[in-house]
Amino acid sequence: MKILIVGGGTGGTILANNLARRLKGELKSGKARIIMLSASDQHMYQPGLLYVALGRMAVDELYKDQASLLEPSIEFHVDPVEEFNLDDKQVKTKSGKTIDYDLIVIATGSRATPEVIPGLAENSINVYTEENALNFYKTISNFEGGRIVIAVGVPHKCPMIPPELTFTLYDYFKDRGIIDKVSFHYTYPIGRLHSLEPVSNWMQGEFAKRGVTSETLFNMKEVDGKNKVVKSEEGTEAAYDLLVAVPAHKGMEVVEGSKLGAGGWIPVNRNRLNIDGYENAFAIGDTTNIPISKAGSTAHFEAEALAENIASIIKIGSPVRDYDGKVFCFIEAGKDRATYAVFDYNNPPDPKPPTKSVHWFKMAYNQLYWASARGLL
Amino acid sequence: MAEKKIIDARNTFCPGPLMELIGGIKLIEVGDEVEVLSSDKGSGHDIPEWVNKVGHEIVSIEEVDNIWHIVIKKTK
Repeated sequence: MKILIVGGGTGGTILANNLARRLKGELKSGKARIIMLSASDQHMYQPGLLYVALGRMAVDELYKDQASLLEPSIEFHVDPVEEFNLDDKQVKTKSGKTIDYDLIVIATGSRATPEVIPGLAENSINVYTEENALNFYKTISNFEGGRIVIAVGVPHKCPMIPPELTFTLYDYFKDRGIIDKVSFHYTYPIGRLHSLEPVSNWMQGEFAKRGVTSETLFNMKEVDGKNKVVKSEEGTEAAYDLLVAVPAHKGMEVVEGSKLGAGGWIPVNRNRLNIDGYENAFAIGDTTNIPISKAGSTAHFEAEALAENIASIIKIGSPVRDYDGKVFCFIEAGKDRATYAVFDYNNPPDPKPPTKSVHWFKMAYNQLYWASARGLL
Repeated sequence: MAEKKIIDARNTFCPGPLMELIGGIKLIEVGDEVEVLSSDKGSGHDIPEWVNKVGHEIVSIEEVDNIWHIVIKKTK
């Protein structure tokens, strides 16, 4: 059984390591092989970008060598896939190889696409790449006051980032002693401040304490950089001095190019994670079209369920469990307080008031993540 | 007209049915329709509110066995 995992991010890496442990005997005997193809020899801890953007984490803390995170029995190659052919059970790679497989998992993730909104990329800051996070810090550290507008595209990775950016930036400028010169205007695509109603209700109170104004049902249409105005699909405008964007995301181009899903999102069964129409092809993490949070924890919990199922398929011929929709998101409520939301397909979230201890647990998780990636936590 | 796209957002909490619609409607052509399935009680109000504000069209809306079936036509 040749298992091909495409993508070396959170989902692909946790899946590969978990599976390698479950199939220790099969890998040793040659009955199974696990091959991972990734676009990079480096693994980035993406949630760390927020802290880089705030000057609280160094860039080199974001990375580890991908090979160092993987079980030695995993065959790892830096050779990104350029074409998927699920019907022929083959992929073509950048180096020109054609690789066949018995079972494939696609975990290629998603990417921010500020370029789809005219004027957004050149007139805003965001935290979604190393370069952008560094530029974010440079911009806020030179900002001496004015109106900050937070604008949010759909869909986006990490649903907690809009409130986190607002609250952490507020504390950043407070610590710099210029909060009286800075105002915040928060916009959001739907009719409340956050997708999760309890989070939205909590944000309302926090915004009132800080004097943060807001506009809901605001979906970016274009940015007029000359006049410093962001315009919405709904016909309204927001004037800014500094535009903080959460750009809309897409799946990877190779997914769209291989006609696996509109927008780069692959349709999968929400419980078994197999790609529609295929029993030997799966997708996890941001790559899927499942209508749940695009977040590292989603990829993590999906990877654990899928690893157990793939191991069971090999050992007993059938999968044994469903992914239950579990998501866990920390929510930074400022520089030193945090809370979290946990939910699944059947149980809504019920976040508690932020505390310092949850913030410090988040700080600890920023290091513990590497144990998660190794499939140990 | 292309085959009607279905957004099955039943039993999901985040980002939620309306956010899924806002993202999903970008992926269809003007004149095409999308149907949202939602178990969120608020969808019967908040989806039409957004659709009307942004200028798309509600083709049909009904609640069957506590599930909202809302068909939207992309108009621009």
